Amino acid sequence: MNALRRNVLKGAAGAGTVAVAVAAGLLKPNLAMAVAPRSAFEAKNVGDAMSAMGASSPADSKDITVKAPDIAENGAVVPVEVTSAIPGTTSIAIIAEKNVTPLVAQFDMLGGTEGYISTRIKMGSTALIRAVVMAGGKSYTAAKEVKVTIGGCGG
Amino acid sequence: MHMNRREFLQLLAIAASSGMALDSKSALAGTAPANFYDVPRHGNVSFLHMTDCHAQLLPVWFREPNVNIGIGDAYGKVPHIVGESLLKKFGIKPGTAEAHAFTFLDFVEAAKVYGKVGGFAHLKTLVDKMRAQRPGALLLDGGDTWQGSATALWTDAQDMVDACIALGVNIMTPHWEATYGADRVMEIVNKDFKKAGVDFVAQNIVTNDFGDQVFKPYVMKEMNGVKVAVIGQAFPYTPIANPRWMVPDWSFGIRDDGMQKWVDEARAKGAKVVVVISHNGMDVDLKMASRVTGIDAIFGGHTHDGVPQPVQVKNAKGITLVTNAGSNGKFLGVMDFEVKGNQVASYKYRLLPVFSNLLPADPGMTALIKKYRAPYEDKLNEKLAVSDDFLYRRGNFNGTWDQLICDALMAVKGADASFSPGFRWGTTLLPGDTITMERLMDQTAITYPQTSLTNMTGETIKTIMEDVCDNLFNQDPYYQQGGDMVRVGGIEYSVTPGQTIGKRINDMRINGKPVDAKKTYKVAGWAPVGENAEGAPIWEIVSTYLRDKKVIKGIKLNEPTLIGVKKSNPGIEDFGGVMKP
Repeated sequence: MNALRRNVLKGAAGAGTVAVAVAAGLLKPNLAMAVAPRSAFEAKNVGDAMSAMGASSPADSKDITVKAPDIAENGAVVPVEVTSAIPGTTSIAIIAEKNVTPLVAQFDMLGGTEGYISTRIKMGSTALIRAVVMAGGKSYTAAKEVKVTIGGCGG
Repeated sequence: MHMNRREFLQLLAIAASSGMALDSKSALAGTAPANFYDVPRHGNVSFLHMTDCHAQLLPVWFREPNVNIGIGDAYGKVPHIVGESLLKKFGIKPGTAEAHAFTFLDFVEAAKVYGKVGGFAHLKTLVDKMRAQRPGALLLDGGDTWQGSATALWTDAQDMVDACIALGVNIMTPHWEATYGADRVMEIVNKDFKKAGVDFVAQNIVTNDFGDQVFKPYVMKEMNGVKVAVIGQAFPYTPIANPRWMVPDWSFGIRDDGMQKWVDEARAKGAKVVVVISHNGMDVDLKMASRVTGIDAIFGGHTHDGVPQPVQVKNAKGITLVTNAGSNGKFLGVMDFEVKGNQVASYKYRLLPVFSNLLPADPGMTALIKKYRAPYEDKLNEKLAVSDDFLYRRGNFNGTWDQLICDALMAVKGADASFSPGFRWGTTLLPGDTITMERLMDQTAITYPQTSLTNMTGETIKTIMEDVCDNLFNQDPYYQQGGDMVRVGGIEYSVTPGQTIGKRINDMRINGKPVDAKKTYKVAGWAPVGENAEGAPIWEIVSTYLRDKKVIKGIKLNEPTLIGVKKSNPGIEDFGGVMKP
């Protein structure tokens, strides 16, 4: 099954659509790339980005789980999973706090969709990966540190 | 027999000079070698554990560290205790064979009495002896087995693969194995190991695309009527500490959640004993044992800690034993469980030092090793220099072997400074020993040996040193990578282990002058993790230096000034550098 899935993707790579296929495989259905205003994605710091997306002071929430490696294997493609158990979650955004433009992505969840996203992001340096969840018109947040190291010199 | 350290030292000196070594029947009183390996079986389920032999097929010297500092919660705790503190902690009498095996104390004198350690022909005899007393016992290999010697490198790991099959390894998990490349690993696993019935397990290696398991996460076996599960945990930071391009499709990581899942699955399938062979490193294992439930024992490696008895770690549902079994073939861990009803009722553990003189060489293994060495004997035995100095590597900051490599890099490359990785493998040489090509390869035999000469700003040099130092001294073990501090030639510095990244490395000086953040310096190094490196291999650089020098003596060990570490810290003894409050 998995081998088949991989071969299908390899075939797709020939057609130049592998990125689309992988993205489709990694994302749950019914998610669409998002609607935070352009200014939020262009913001140069976390505060400005959160203000622009209408979440200037989100409440810390234990109902949000951010899953990412403790140390990134490759800063160019860091796997990040966010799960929101907050009822009525309408969007999940990912912020890499030390990136030049920290807001990486925002996903809108259609009604009734499980609050779960899985994607890969690019990180320039060690930073908190922050999830910002909108639910019932309010904003919530949780974060996890991901270290980006120079590498080498191991045991 | 009771004697203090000075008396013991005198006795050792007399013993050594009179040619009285451990294999002689008149060996030192108190060492009791005659019954050293009489280890009665306990219970009904047994595991033999070897780890991090680094491809040392023949007996070697290996000195344990005198600096192994514990940070935060790890302060003064196993494995961060050395020398006399370690003896005290485990109730080992000074002046015994065990004291020599587990500590650096009086190493040179004691080594002459007790002889070399390890060697697969001797290990084979010990394994067979333990197995004869423990029918059904499984031999687990914690990895770092295929790398670390010239012959392993030159045979593309085949000598080690065949030696491990002949030794009777049942189950293995990897780290440096991955540096032969994913294709070679798969070839060995799917051909040699499959044919021999050796299981290769790693719950924390998954594909980069879909997160599918690359290897079996665990195997179930039945031992004397008891179902047991053995889970594999590969070195979590392989693609960071070693070249990622060699295993481009594999993702590693610690993956506690995966570990819990497989433990629960194994229990659900009826496993009464669940153990892990781990290459996490001991600090990571201790943390994992506190978070994941249902594991009876984690047999650990990677950090090369020779820990005489397991640490008992409490977690939400019980206790997990955490061991670490040293390196270079020096030890064999023997864990006996008494299983009653559905669970482990009691255990007995020994970490047996493998004293080559006390264990006759197994003829079959001797022949196998001879066969693999034969084509290379001339090359291996080439005499490069004689060392009047004591050459060793282990220790948080520096070792004389690394200093020699750093000195060679600077001299041959014409550099202001040099870096050498904080590897924990590499054998020890006693004063007066000849440095052969084989001994040099013990320190350098890797599949990415290229050297480089790079222009670096003072700022970059500091960033690199801070980065590596954080891998060693981060307060959270899950951010530690298990190597030691990068060795530096030509740069004096101070280090404050208790600080955070960016603030640990200070007072940097090159040629006696403060390092200028903006100024460019010529820095030599080796072991690049990036692809397509082209410089001459490190053994060429160092052998050039050694042939030129002919005699190595008076190596100046560049130890940093250590700030905020007290002399009373059980993780440090006989430190050669300056210590400040």
